[in-house]
Amino acid sequence: MAEDSAASADKKESMPEPPPQPEVTPGEEFKENVRDFVDKVRKRREAMTLVGWASIATFCGAYALALVRFFFPRVLFEPPNVFKAGYPAEYTVGAVDTNYQKSQRVWIVREPEGFYALLAKCTHLGCTPVWKEAENKFKCPCHGSGFTKEGINYEGPAPRPLERLKIAVADDGQIQIDKSIKFRQEKGDWEKPGALLKA
Amino acid sequence: MDQFWLIISKPDNVPIVLMLLLVGFFTWLALSEARKFDKARAEGKTVKEAAYGDEADYPERVTVWPFLVREEFLAAIAMTIFLFIWSMALDAPLEEMANPNVTPNPSKAPWYFLGLQEILVYFDPWIAGVILPNVIVVGLMVIPYIDPNPKGSGYYTFRERPLAITIFLFGFLILWVLLTAIGTFTRGPGWIWFWPWQYWDTHAVVAETNVDFSDLFFGISSGSFTGSLIGFAVIAIWFPLIMALPLIFRKGRELASEMGIVRYLVFGNLLAFMLALPLKMFLRIFLHVKYIWVTPWFNV
Repeated sequence: MAEDSAASADKKESMPEPPPQPEVTPGEEFKENVRDFVDKVRKRREAMTLVGWASIATFCGAYALALVRFFFPRVLFEPPNVFKAGYPAEYTVGAVDTNYQKSQRVWIVREPEGFYALLAKCTHLGCTPVWKEAENKFKCPCHGSGFTKEGINYEGPAPRPLERLKIAVADDGQIQIDKSIKFRQEKGDWEKPGALLKA
Repeated sequence: MDQFWLIISKPDNVPIVLMLLLVGFFTWLALSEARKFDKARAEGKTVKEAAYGDEADYPERVTVWPFLVREEFLAAIAMTIFLFIWSMALDAPLEEMANPNVTPNPSKAPWYFLGLQEILVYFDPWIAGVILPNVIVVGLMVIPYIDPNPKGSGYYTFRERPLAITIFLFGFLILWVLLTAIGTFTRGPGWIWFWPWQYWDTHAVVAETNVDFSDLFFGISSGSFTGSLIGFAVIAIWFPLIMALPLIFRKGRELASEMGIVRYLVFGNLLAFMLALPLKMFLRIFLHVKYIWVTPWFNV
């Protein structure tokens, strides 16, 4: 250790002397230039500080506005799930009624044994299929899934049958459909009461 | 033929037509350049001579800045100008407000998703919509790890990496560009297959009643235990089969020992996925096979 420090001290001593610097007194012009430069830097720094604080203020302001907005609820008033679909006598036996597709996304099918309501939502990825009278099927325009009039999937990629909705007769004698209660065929729900309105 | 013109001149489809032409051109360009290079190499020229030809006094390397960045910058400016002019010249307005209760027929995804939409026709939505896209993304990410071959960097060649280029062309041209083209040009109302010369009839009737694999070939209900077992067996055989197939050949064994077991397994799995896709498309289109393996007890 001691040897080491001695060696380094030696080295220090053996370093060559720096050459003597000529003595220069800076002229007035040079001093002026330096002052200008320092001034410039200071101004730029002030400007950057201003920009920084302005960004923080903008962020905080926007955040505060969002916070205030948060206290005012944004309620979406959705249409009720239950709707009335006219009197049973208005339906033709064997026909698929598409009158409620646009407003309620529901098809009502009248068969000899009764009525059932199908949700017009493809079980593949949720497009709205089209009822094709001539081919007696529902056909989805997105990936070509096909369903029978009963709602059974038989062509295209749809993995399961269409869902049926709860159908009943209201007090005033009209058909009433509750979209919040669904019946899925693969779970055996179609046999349950409410899936079919007996005529 | 009017129908065909109607489809390709639709503003939404112009980029697809343009893309097809560009893809064709660049594939041809790359392969013809590669052929020239490989020929020169076969004649005994060095890589540099073969790549540059008469201009062999090119330096071995040049710096990214300015030689690459300048050209990229200019290309970006030119492209931006082109896009501006194009978007102004081509009339492709937004449609009216969407109504979830009425789906346009046919309902088509944006052009860059049409390949995915076409895949969705052939598989369960979970496989085509979740598993396959993830396998594609992860598969693209692992390419640098399963293919450490440094050859072909900076010049066109086919002979130095025939497998990599073949797999790329298969994956890109068949599994993506072709699917996009099918989705654009041959899918009409009800997502029914129409040839370009056929009129898109909204009332066209095509019998496409599905059957599952075990029903078709064994007459066993796919939902039953035996049917499900058959489906599982097909899947369970397919992946090892594709992985084992190259090992029959000497070159395949060389490749496997070069890669090591982990790399080779990943590679084989991805290859099995890639090859399964067109096979399943074939089964669906020509034999109306819906599912290979049905799992009634597992439902997502």
